[in-house]
This record gives sequence, C-alpha cells and structure tokens, in this order.
Amino acid sequence: MQTALRTSLPETELASRANFAPAARVAREDRQERQVHTSGLPLSIRGLRKSFGDNEVLRGIDLHIPAGQFVAIVGKSGCGKSTLLRLIAGLEKIDAGSISFGDAAIQPEDIRVMFQEPRLLPWARVLSNVEVGLGRDRSSGDAHARAEKALTEVGLVDKRDQWPSVLSGGQKQRVALARALVSRPRVLAFDEPLGALDALTRISMQRLLERVWRDQGFTAILVTHDVAEAVALADRVLVIDEGRVAHDVMVNVARPRERGSAELASLEGSILSHLLSADDRT
Amino acid sequence: MSLIDSVSLPRNFRLPRVDGLVQWIVPLAIIAIWQVASVTGFVPVRVLPAPSDVALAGWKLLLSGELIRNIWVSFWRASIGFLIGGSIGFAFGLANGLSQLSAKLTDTTLQMVRNVPHLALIPLVILWFGIDESAKLFLVALGVFFPIYLNTLHGIRTVDPQLIEMGRIYGMSDGELFRRVIFPGALPSIFVGIRFALGIMWLTLIVAETIAASSGLGYMAMQAREFMLIDVVVLSILIYALLGKLADSASRVLERLTLSWHPAFQKR
Repeated sequence: MQTALRTSLPETELASRANFAPAARVAREDRQERQVHTSGLPLSIRGLRKSFGDNEVLRGIDLHIPAGQFVAIVGKSGCGKSTLLRLIAGLEKIDAGSISFGDAAIQPEDIRVMFQEPRLLPWARVLSNVEVGLGRDRSSGDAHARAEKALTEVGLVDKRDQWPSVLSGGQKQRVALARALVSRPRVLAFDEPLGALDALTRISMQRLLERVWRDQGFTAILVTHDVAEAVALADRVLVIDEGRVAHDVMVNVARPRERGSAELASLEGSILSHLLSADDRT
Repeated sequence: MSLIDSVSLPRNFRLPRVDGLVQWIVPLAIIAIWQVASVTGFVPVRVLPAPSDVALAGWKLLLSGELIRNIWVSFWRASIGFLIGGSIGFAFGLANGLSQLSAKLTDTTLQMVRNVPHLALIPLVILWFGIDESAKLFLVALGVFFPIYLNTLHGIRTVDPQLIEMGRIYGMSDGELFRRVIFPGALPSIFVGIRFALGIMWLTLIVAETIAASSGLGYMAMQAREFMLIDVVVLSILIYALLGKLADSASRVLERLTLSWHPAFQKR
C-alpha cells in the first residue's frame, strides 16, 4: 500500500523538476491550488431540529466543526446521530435551523456519504462502481484514470474488473470508500461504515480511513456506536443524547495512535460512562 | 497442493460434460421404452405409433416442404405476437413501476383483464378478426402481455431503495438512474416474465391454430386428425415440445449474457 501511494504521486512534478525550473514552479503552484481546493470545509450547525411525525429526533443542535477536523458522533441507538449525519449530507429536509459550509459555494461532489452497507451496483464492475462517484464528471475523458487512482488509494486496483459479488465484505467497503473519495470531497460523512465488518478487517479499515483523511484533508464526520473506534480515529468526540449534544470531548492524543494505549482507554472509559449514565436516567 | 490438484481437476473437467448429457437421459429413455413397447405390440399402433413411424412421417413431411412451411408460419406468428405483446407489457410495466399516477390509472383495469382467461376470448376474436393472421397475433400478444407486465412491474418496484438513494446522492439524472440502477436491477425479474411468457406464447398459438387456422403446426395436427394420421399428430406434439425447449434455452442464453454479474449465473 505504501508503494502504491508513492507511485500515485503526480509524475509531472518529478519530470519537470529535473528539466525546467519555471515549469517546476508552475507545477508546484498547480498542486498547491489543488491542495487548497481539496481541503476540508468548515461546518456550522445552528438550532437544528428534525422530527419524524410526533417523534422529535433532533432538538436543537448547535455545533461548529473547523475545516479538516475528524469528528466522531456517538450515542445509543435512536439518539438521532444518524439523522444528524443524513441532514448534513442533505439526505433529509431540515425542519428548523441551518447547516452551512463556510463561505464557499459548494458543489454536490464536495459532500460524500459512506454507509454501513457498501451499496455497490452488483451489475457494474468494480471500476465502474468507483466511476459512479465522479458525479457529473462520470462521462469525462479522465474518468477511468481518476477511478483507477482512487482504487489504488484503497489498495484494490487489481480488482478493477471484478464483479462486486466476488469481493469480501471489507473489500466491498473499500470500493465504496474509493467511490466516495474519487470526486475529492471536502466533507466526508461516514454512517457506521465499519459496523458490519469483523474485528480484524475493522482495524485495517480504520487505519485506511485515517490515512486517506490525513492525505486528503477533508472534514470527516464519523457516526459510530463503537467508542473505542471513535477515540482511536477522531480529533473530537460528540456524545448525542435525546437529540442534543450532551458532551463534546477533544481527543488530544498524538497520531499515529496506538490502539489500546492507556490514554485512549481512559478517554473511552469516561465517554462510555457518559453514555451509560444517560442510559440510567431513562 | 498436488493432492488437491489431482482431486479437483477431474471433477472440474467432468461436471459440465455430464451436465449437458444428463438432461437428455430421461427424454431419450422414454423414447426407447416407447419404441420397445410399440414394436412388441404392448401399445397398439392405433393408440400411439412407434417413434420410428413418427420420425418417418416427419421425414416425408420434411421432403414435401410442408413441415418447414408450417413450422415457419407458427414461428413467425409466435415471434411477432411475442414482440407486440411483450413490448406493450414491458412499456406498461415500466410506466406503472416508475409513475404512481400511471399505476393508479391503469393497474386496476389491467388486473381485471388479467383474470379473464385469454383463451376464452377466442370466439370473440374470431368474430372480430375471422381466422386471419391478426386473430392469432392478437391472442398471442394478449397472452404474453401479462407475465411480462407483472414481472417488469415487480422487478422495478423491488429494486433496492438503498441503491436508488445512492444513485441520487451521486447526482444521477432520472435517465441515468434508470439506465444504471433501475433497469439492471429489474432485469432478473423481467427474465422470469419472459420465460413464463414464452410458455404461454406456444400454448396460445397452438390452441388458436387448432381452432381457427389454415396453416401452421396446430393446423397440421388438426388436418392429420381428420385423416386419422396419428403419426403426424404425435409428430406435431413432439415439435411443440422441442420448440418450447428451444425458446427456453434461448432465454437462458440471453440471461447468461446479460446477468453475468449475478452470482447465480457465474460459472461454477
């Protein structure tokens, strides 16, 4: 995977550095510009409410997420965490309040969601499934190349011509990740993407998520029921209870984080006790 | 490793060959027993002629060109009727699967018509069209319409809503969503409809040709009955069986080609 990453660096830069200095400068500027473009968007949520019928799921969420932050949202089932994510992703209509993404004009391709189910098209080869993620650029000439690059990032480029049905659960989820990444999103929302995977696959997927997040710098919002996963990956953990942000915990642990370290474990313990005390009240 | 190779290789080798033959063992055995029963006089020739006599009758009709002509006429009627009825059924299935309004408008009517046995319309159809080609085409089209309509509708309605949501998130237009998600998702069900429809197609055609026609396989069988040519009657029935099998195989080949992504159709 390391080598795959290295080879995916733009070759133009290497070539031009050797030959023309001005060209090299142009190339570097291009890259910087792209860096700016692909970096994350900040997210501001004010007074967000959502009900389904008589059931008020979100009762006023106020939240600011700085650009490029990795936020985990935890809470017991039915607390509204998935609804919050679906609202951020624009999959549900907002009842009251607002969600804004800084001052920039956003494209649909800037916000992507990854679900618990891979949701791959069973009748499309792996590569075409990734191309779906390009949105309106699907028919552009470099669609193949971009999809291949995204597949390389998740280490599955050798499966490009396979049907999804022959892949394992973890591989399918990696294809779904490549599909979400291929349009270089600026906000990536994860709805328990690792929930259906076995323990070992989960750990390697968590590493993969962390790596692509660090490489691409998007704003990541991860909904999970696994507090250990939340503290291992996120800069900040939000505990949602009864439709509100009950706790907002910063995870100031240096990366790369060592799984099972005492620091993470104590943090996990305190968040779990928040969750359980909320459970006792009801 | 070498042990595994030596065990699995012959198995992989033998399976498809045996598979191709196995399905013909029973039909061939029936014909063999039938031949023996006829030759020994166990089954009187007046009841059922020997397979060899049927083959001889077939050979004679083949030489006179009558057989080919009748098969061709029936085949033509079947295909045109299938195309007309199938396309209309497919169109209604699409419309009612995709549009609530269209479903509300037409589904009840179609369900009522569906419950009328279409062969019960034969007297009416003869009054309308005479014993013309259009009468047969109408009946075949009507018979084929419903299985294709119902299965297309069912296929479209049961496409995984999560995939449709995924398509919308990734900015697919309505046309693209249909082409990339809905239609491929409905295809397995549409094929079930096609295979049902092929069976109904032959049934309808044979009944229609037996009652009102001046050419075709059904007509050939009825003529033979008039002249007590029991071997030709049996020949016609066997040809129906073969044509039915042929239609089924054709749809299977089509299924394999278009559903190669489906785990059930991947080579085992």
